Amino acid sequence: MSLIDTYRAYRARPKAIRRTDLASQWQLMWWRFRKHRMAMLGMILLGLFGVCVLFPEPISPYAPFERNSKYVAGAPMMPHFFEADGTFHPRPFVYGVKSERDPVTLKLRHTRDETKIWEIAFFVKGDPYHLFGLIPLDIHLFGTREGFIHLFGTDFTGLDIFSRTIHACRVSLSVGLVGVLVSFVLGAAIGGAAGYFGGQFDNIVMRIIEFIRSIPTLPLWLALAAALPRDWGPLPTYLAVTAILALLGWTWLARTVRSKLLATRHEDFVLAAKLSGCSDSRIIRRHLLPSFMSYLIVDTSIAFPEILLAETSLSFLGLGLREPVESWGVLLYAAQSIRSVDQAPWLMIPGLFVIVAVLAFNFLGDGLRDAADPYSK
Amino acid sequence: MITFFARRFAYMVITLLLVSVVSFAIVQSAPGDYAEIYAARKANAGAIISQAEIENVRRQLGLDKPWHIQYGRWIGNIVLHNDWGMSWEWKRPVGEVIWERMPLTLAIAFSTLIFMYVVSIPVGIYSAVHRYSIGDHTVSLLGYIGLATPNFLLALVLMYLSQRYFGQSVGGLFSPAYENAPWSWGKFKDLLAHLAVPVIVLGTGGTAFLIRAMRAAVLDELNKMYVLSAKASGLSPLKLLIRYPVRMALNPIAATLGWRLTYVISGAPIVGFVLALPDTGPLFLHSLLNQDMLLAGAMIFIYCALTIIGTLLSDLLLVALDPRIKLE
Repeated sequence: MSLIDTYRAYRARPKAIRRTDLASQWQLMWWRFRKHRMAMLGMILLGLFGVCVLFPEPISPYAPFERNSKYVAGAPMMPHFFEADGTFHPRPFVYGVKSERDPVTLKLRHTRDETKIWEIAFFVKGDPYHLFGLIPLDIHLFGTREGFIHLFGTDFTGLDIFSRTIHACRVSLSVGLVGVLVSFVLGAAIGGAAGYFGGQFDNIVMRIIEFIRSIPTLPLWLALAAALPRDWGPLPTYLAVTAILALLGWTWLARTVRSKLLATRHEDFVLAAKLSGCSDSRIIRRHLLPSFMSYLIVDTSIAFPEILLAETSLSFLGLGLREPVESWGVLLYAAQSIRSVDQAPWLMIPGLFVIVAVLAFNFLGDGLRDAADPYSK
Repeated sequence: MITFFARRFAYMVITLLLVSVVSFAIVQSAPGDYAEIYAARKANAGAIISQAEIENVRRQLGLDKPWHIQYGRWIGNIVLHNDWGMSWEWKRPVGEVIWERMPLTLAIAFSTLIFMYVVSIPVGIYSAVHRYSIGDHTVSLLGYIGLATPNFLLALVLMYLSQRYFGQSVGGLFSPAYENAPWSWGKFKDLLAHLAVPVIVLGTGGTAFLIRAMRAAVLDELNKMYVLSAKASGLSPLKLLIRYPVRMALNPIAATLGWRLTYVISGAPIVGFVLALPDTGPLFLHSLLNQDMLLAGAMIFIYCALTIIGTLLSDLLLVALDPRIKLE
């Protein structure tokens, strides 16, 4: 039925035709997806991460390598609305900080000074930066006019953990994104070829996939990452780590593509298209690919957290990315020993971001899986 | 039956061979060889080292030969003489270094597997039977978080909490008080308490996954007609549940045993490293960082071999559990 026919039929008997009859497949999927509350939550969270990826400099109050020598290894500072005596403060504020030497250990200790109030201001001038590396700006989303604010505390060198965590979104999520893209291309190409050619080639590819799946990935990742030269710059290391992670991640996708291709190759609609004189490439592009595109998207959203977790683990062990590149795993590297965790438990906060990002992707994947087949129930 | 075993076994041997090539190739791809590291360390210590000396070390270790000859020598010695070579870092045979730490790794891996199945099967059944109840939602939420938390972070958090609130050190195998004490009941309990942490850390993700799988499998079975007919015939609910849907749901769960094992072995090095256990985890990571090639290669090979053998065993188990699987 062509579009005009539907339109005429709709004009003739508007009551008899439901909205779902006119909707495209993608529209149906979107409606289905919207009903999945957790998936919507996941999408909103990922949207927030996206904002952090695009604008880390204005969101964070300090530059990632700006040391605060007055507040080294300081605890997170909580924003307050009420002063100690209970009076309401319309503008959120943080308490000032008193530093004194411990008479026994001679270590500098920071305590909250409830007599000093540092108001949080929005859109304040701060460290200058270049937005997208081009536009010179010095406006930050929030900050204080006097004193300082460290929402997640500072590390042992006085760096602001909040600013660093926000800046690290960019690398952490882009490693996942690039890794997933590479494994998507690999998986679609290899799986597609296996499903399309079939026979001996298919057999060999399936054996290889089984082989890769049967070996434990993490030791292999570790070994490959350890083989990277130490003297490589940040960018080559970043690219190499991403490639290593993608190298073992394509197998799921290849299997899906292959099995879907095999299943749909002999469907009636393919035969019909063939009889109508469609070329092979048109059948693949216009008929086969859209019929299982949704499954590919689902598989991709599931592969993403795996790569994110792998990168975090590698960097945490010091085998993946290294300073001055900033990823959540690199930040967690500082929390490697129990001694530092015991002294500054807030060093583990970047880990929360990892968990939230993985959760968001899992929720999104669940919603997509339900929506992928909009005609079921 | 015999042809099935023979085929599976032949397949396993081929896979093992491939794995050995891969592990050898990876370790070979490390930049520089041991001779250069040796020279650099000597130079750092202030000793004067000449190019000829480096060449000498290289010749002694056989590093000047092409890679396939090195590989042949390596695998030949392992298979024929159970000789894994010398660890340059430890100055001891690789086999010895690994085998004194292997029992702990295996103990943790198997305890984790048992823990995962013992926890996930009942919880999964509960979740399926009480679908959409508060308990089910709590389990799903915990499961999601368990799947999303990296192992090492969980280990760190547990260590921090127990240090802070119980004043107990979790790293290592024994508390300082029992470190050098003779074996006693107290020391044994101390050991169990320390083993619980790595098992929980290592098992959380897999448990969450298995609970989900078990829940889905039981739910699938609960909606089938035979359950209704058994109910109508007056079978008691508990008996019915255990004897039919749960029995059926166990098959797909058992089928993934091999993957679970892969997962546990895969996570073991990091957990061992973070918790400072005297198992193979720290050994493996240090060998990678120091490019102790033979040790690292042997470790990768053993990790892979463990999972491949485990997968074979789980396949055989599945055949025993589900006779409908065709023994082609």
